[in-house]
Formats: sequence, structure tokens, C-alpha cells
Amino acid sequence: MSEFCTLFDKIWTSHVVDRSKGGTCLLYIDRHLVHEVTSPQAFEGLRDAGRTVRRADAALAVPDHNVPTTDRAEGIDDPESRLQVDTLMRNCEEFGIRCFTMGDLRQGIVHIIGPEQGFTLPGMTIVCGDSHTSTHGAFGALAFGIGTSEVEHVLATQTLFQTPAKNMRITVDGELGPGVTAKDVILAIIGKIGTAGGTGHVIEYAGSAIAGMSMEERMTVCNMSIEAGARAGLIAPDKTTFDYLSGRPLAPKGAVWEQAVAHWRTLPSDEGAHYHCEENLDAAGIAPQVSWGTSPEQVAPITGTVPDPAAQSNPAHREAVERALDYMGLAPGARLTEVAIDHVFIGSCTNGRIEDLRAAAALAEGRKVAATITAMVVPGSGLVKEQAEEEGLDRVFLEAGFQWHEPGCSMCLAMNADKLEPKERCASTSNRNFEGRQGRGGRTHLMSPQMAVAAAVSGHLCDVREMA
Amino acid sequence: MEKFTTLTGIAAPLAMENVDTDMIIPKQFLKTIKRTGLGAGLFYEHRFDEQGEEIADFVLNRALYNGAKILVTGGNFGCGSSREHAPWALLDFGIRCIIAPSFADIFHNNCFKNGILPVTLPREDVDRLMEGAERGANTTLTVDLEAQTITGASSDGGDGGSISFHIDPFNKQCLLEGHDDIALTLKREDKIAGFEAGQKQDQPWQWTGQTQEGGT
Repeated sequence: MSEFCTLFDKIWTSHVVDRSKGGTCLLYIDRHLVHEVTSPQAFEGLRDAGRTVRRADAALAVPDHNVPTTDRAEGIDDPESRLQVDTLMRNCEEFGIRCFTMGDLRQGIVHIIGPEQGFTLPGMTIVCGDSHTSTHGAFGALAFGIGTSEVEHVLATQTLFQTPAKNMRITVDGELGPGVTAKDVILAIIGKIGTAGGTGHVIEYAGSAIAGMSMEERMTVCNMSIEAGARAGLIAPDKTTFDYLSGRPLAPKGAVWEQAVAHWRTLPSDEGAHYHCEENLDAAGIAPQVSWGTSPEQVAPITGTVPDPAAQSNPAHREAVERALDYMGLAPGARLTEVAIDHVFIGSCTNGRIEDLRAAAALAEGRKVAATITAMVVPGSGLVKEQAEEEGLDRVFLEAGFQWHEPGCSMCLAMNADKLEPKERCASTSNRNFEGRQGRGGRTHLMSPQMAVAAAVSGHLCDVREMA
Repeated sequence: MEKFTTLTGIAAPLAMENVDTDMIIPKQFLKTIKRTGLGAGLFYEHRFDEQGEEIADFVLNRALYNGAKILVTGGNFGCGSSREHAPWALLDFGIRCIIAPSFADIFHNNCFKNGILPVTLPREDVDRLMEGAERGANTTLTVDLEAQTITGASSDGGDGGSISFHIDPFNKQCLLEGHDDIALTLKREDKIAGFEAGQKQDQPWQWTGQTQEGGT
């Protein structure tokens, strides 16, 4: 390593507990987020081996994937979902881990509540049995998704064996055009570098467009780092970061806060630090994006057309495009703005925060969801929902013909009752357009909340810039 | 965890790029609270139609390959969700080695926790193995982890040749010895405790923020 360090190098180095042969390190983990889907086998493993949780105070649990987003008075209908949520609560009680249960106002998507509570802080190592843990990198924390065996390892030891990642920097300079959001930035990045473009790397997002983003926008960008294959996304902490965190329930206070901020100011990458690979994007050149295929790299500007497989020179790409178009029911060369949709989903750990809902509501106000469309808004947490209701956003959505739901992961992965039927097409603010992701045979088009509202109102994919 | 030393078995070709973990094991199988029995859900939406009938031409449904122990596949295998249910499902089906030009990082890690060997090879080697597997010519491969080689045996008795592969020494040792990672780490308890004492001193906010709100 050179004398100049990246943000990643600094966090990594300050968390190495021990080194093994071949460069693998035992890394200390500061914070552990836990949800119901990827934890039951980990707790069972602890019990079977007679082990305890090393630091219950460093963990925070919440049920989010399986929870119903409609009336919760009757609990969870599906017996398997209910068992999984009940198991989480029982395990947390047994091992002394704080859990925001379904009736708690603070319950929500695990990656929304961590930042919301100030559980996520700069310079930390943060893990969760969930790939979208990359979200927390927006705070300048090294945050990555892990499997259930690693969840168990962290619970038992507060550490993980990891090999160091390579440094990649993506610089986005300039100003975003009207109607262009953080979601469009990250979709454009994934479209450019591909879904394996970041494999083995931690991506640091830099440049004036990133520096100018709010924390919530930065979270949207970092959230989808995993869709570019990266181990994590990172953004240097700055005043925007500190202002967001100040006063959060779990953030430090008083003199300790001052001491923390002083340390956090030392975290940004040194000038002259080495990156294994670099990419640059011009913010002004990014148009609103939509995905047309079944991989997040299969995106295009809304002004574009569905690609023609015959134009692909690489046979593997050609096959992938053919397969995607067949699944998506799209014809090569069709204009994206002519693609009619059936559903709209606004929510998820990518776009379920208050600023997302404000932007969507501002566009929905005074408009109506097209008669052929079912449109739902699912806030990312109980606190986001409460805030939105205080601001009257729920009424705006309801008057426009959107459904207003309880918080959870919902139709982002359709583990609860919110799902597509085969061949139904959805304009979705979520993060994955994989085959079957939103329901077997369902067809997902990824986009920003504003673009999703435009689609809801017009009944087809639509350029939000034409709605002004 | 079961040790991985050598493995001889049928190699099934799955010529697809960017196979995601949603495809390997769809969401409806994630509601289990057990690690076992997930083989039934492996590639479910490719193996079974909407009525639950087997899709005859999917590779793992073909008679030649339904006892496969090795999967030869495309790049970025295992991308997307971190669900360890994906390696659990592969293992439960009987697959203990996956050969591909590249793997997604989280899936790659998860394999080593379950005694599955992911082998990364240059694309031309994977293409050659894939072609052989598709022709049924080298459907039996022997993977020797200690020697880091893959040897093909063609059905006509000829020598399929040998390919060397690279593996991280730490991961290799874990697989060869079938380590319980946690037991290994707990032996370094003193180092972990030492780290914690240092961090409490240098970064007290890491330790006070939680308790200020009143703990659990």
C-alpha cells in the first residue's frame, strides 16, 4: 500500500484483528443488522454449538422481508412467513438483541432503519445477511452483505475472515439535468460498467454530482453497488453526512460526538491515493433510465429503444439479450416509451425514503393513475410513513389513485403477499429486474420514483421530463 | 463442514451468464428456518413449470446430468442476493464443485462455508469443459483440490487432459480440513479482546452511542 490511502484502505486497516496466510484478514465488525430471512439458521447454529452472542449491543434486528404491508391487526396470514418472523423475535429475546417488532413505529426495511436511527456511522464496518448492506456505504462506512454462516460467525465472534478488496473510483462530475435523479446515476453507472464491473472491488463514488447529493440520494447510489458486482460502495463523509446524523437516537452526543466528527474528517481518501481502476461520468449527459431486460446492466435512457440481439457481436451477449427480450415480452427496436405497464411499485431500500416519497407525491399531485394500472406506495419504515402522513403525502397518493401501505420490502422481492402474476409488467423503484424477482413470470422495469409516477399516470413507460 | 479433497463426478453444462441467486433458489424457498431440504427448490423455475411438472430439457432434468456433482457455467455466477440458501440448495442436490470464468463475491464466500469448491478458470478452459460436458464426452471430471487440478475422463476411455486452477491458500486449507471457522476464530479470542480494548479507548463513540439510548 502506498503512503496515500483511500477511504477503503483506512477503514480496512483500522479493523484488522489478525492476518492469515495469503492475505486473508480477520476483520472486526462494528455493527450487525439482522433480519428474519437470513438469521434463523445462524441462531440455530449458535444454540447447537452452545455459543453465545459476543456483542448483542452491536446488533439491531428487524423483520422486513416477510411482513404484510396491508392491515396488520390480524398478524401474518402465511404460516411460513409468520414462523420466520416469530423465530426472529424469539431468537432476539433469547440472545438479548434489540429488535423492532412489527408493531413498533421504528420497524421498516433494515437498510432504511440503520441510518434513520444513527446506528450507521462513518468509518465503521457494518454487515448484514443481505446484499443491499452496501446502502450504508453512503456514510463512509465499509458495509457489505454476508451469508448466513458469516452471520453466525459475526454473532459469535464479532469478526469475519475477509480478503482485501481492490479500490475502484467512479467520478460523476457536473450537474444533473431536470428530472434526473440519483437512481438514474446508479443505473447509468451499472449500464456502463456491467453487472460484474465491480467484482472484487469496493467502489468509491466521487465528483461534484455525488458531493452535491443529499444523504438519501447517496444511499440510493450506494444501495445498488451490489448490482454492479461490487463488494461495497463508499462515499466520503462530509458536512452533509454529519448534519444528517446529528441528533439521531443512536448517534453519539456531546463531547463524544465532537470527538467522532474530528475522526470522521480524517477518513476521506488522501490526494494521490491509488485506485486499481477508474471510471468517469458526465452528470449532464445522464438521461432518466429504465431497465429493459432481466439484469440491472440491461438499461437504457428512456428516449431509447429496445436493443436488437442481432446487433450484438459477442455471442454470449446476443444470447443473453435474446433470452431477456423473450422473458420480458419485448420486440427489438420498440420505443421504450411505448411499453405499456400493469403495475407500479414505489418503495424498497433503494427508493423508499421520505425524499423519494416527496418527489413522487409532488409529481402525482393533481394527476390520476391510469385506469388500467395498480399502483402502490410502500414507505421504507414506520417513521418514513409517519413523516409522510404528517406532510399529507398519503392523501396526495390516495387521491391520485395509489395504494398507501405499511412499511416493508414488499414487492421488491415478493416474499409477502405483494407480487406480480405471470407476464404482468411493473414500473418499479426497486433494485433487481431478475427473472421472477417480483413474482414468477413477472416483468420488472427499474426506474426512479419520479419515472414510476410518470408511468403510473400515462399507463406506459414515460419520460418524466415531458410531464412538467 | 464436510471436507473437500477430491471429487469425481458428472459435470452438467449450464451455458448461461450472470446466473443470479434468485434463479438458483427462488424466494418462496427462503421462508424455511432450516438449512436442509433445499435441493427440491434448486433452479425451481427452470426445472418445473407453473403446474409443477418437470421441464424435460432443462440440463439438471436430463437423465445424463441429474446425478451431476459438478456444474460448468458462465461468468458472474451467483450474482445478486446474498442468500446462502443458494449453496445449500446446490449442495442438497449433490453439487460440490462449480466451474466458471468468474463468480460474484458473496456467493463465492458462501461456497467455502459449505464445503463447495468454486473454481475460476480462463474462459477458454471453461468453454472447453462446457463443450465436452455438452457432448457427453468428458462428463466425468476429477477435481483434486490438493493438487489444484481438474482431469477429464472421456467416455471412450481417452485422456481428457488436465487443467490447473488457482485458489486462495486460506480457503484451500479450510476446505481440505473442513474447518469450523468459528472455532478457529475463537482461538484468537485474546486478539479480538485486545482490539476491542484499543477501540474503546480510541473511538469511544463506537461504544457509547448504543447505550445512550438505553440498550435493548
